[in-house]
Amino acid sequence: MNMKRRVFLKGTLASSAVAVAVGAGLLSPRLVLAAWPKSAFEAKNVNDALNGLYNSDLAPASDAIKVDAPDIAENGAVVPVTVETSLKNVESITIFSEKNQTPLVASFNMTQKTEGYISTRIKMGQTSNVIAVVKADGKLHSARKEVKVTIGGCGG
Amino acid sequence: MANSIKIRARMKGASCEVKALIKHKMETGLRKDKKTGKVIPAHFIQEVNCEHNGNSVMAADWGTAISTNPYLAFSFTGAKKGDTIKLSWVDNMGESDSAEEQIK
Repeated sequence: MNMKRRVFLKGTLASSAVAVAVGAGLLSPRLVLAAWPKSAFEAKNVNDALNGLYNSDLAPASDAIKVDAPDIAENGAVVPVTVETSLKNVESITIFSEKNQTPLVASFNMTQKTEGYISTRIKMGQTSNVIAVVKADGKLHSARKEVKVTIGGCGG
Repeated sequence: MANSIKIRARMKGASCEVKALIKHKMETGLRKDKKTGKVIPAHFIQEVNCEHNGNSVMAADWGTAISTNPYLAFSFTGAKKGDTIKLSWVDNMGESDSAEEQIK
């Protein structure tokens, strides 16, 4: 009994030490990559996810961002989305599907050489807005487009 | 998981357009197995990194809502024909893969 308790205590101590090391970025496989933002990806609404990523949910609409997605998607499991922006110094482009269980779809971190253009395919659970948030020059900007989904693509 | 990535990089004027297709089931963790009724555990790519001659040009964090067999396209400047472009991914189960290609 005592032995087991000892082993258990040692185990928890060791794992918390690892967690601290990961948190401090010591065990990060690549220094360029920040840790995967778990809380943002698990957030249930767009504002929480934005806060998790950027510590801010203020993203005013901008005409300089173009979200290209179909008006009607017959299959929600494969919705092609392209985000283009003419903003300068783009730091990241983030894509949300507003009514998904977890709205944050993906976040693309850019460098100075990367142009403001991303194209990918996403899953949408139901008809909703696709929101693109662009961080440029330290400020957030957003644009949205409604996509009607005939068959949802998040399983269930 | 070898050869899960198809990558093409092509110069378009001053910029280089990178297109990639990754073979991955991108399981959301919300679907149920029709036979057993049990939830299929989530299995999806979390991090994608793209390097040009060893320097990162794009690093993405992905969630479960990226489609099965993900497609990705982006572009960047400062490249020339013959340069090496490398794409790598890591999923939530620790699997990973990478591929290299010359820019055309």
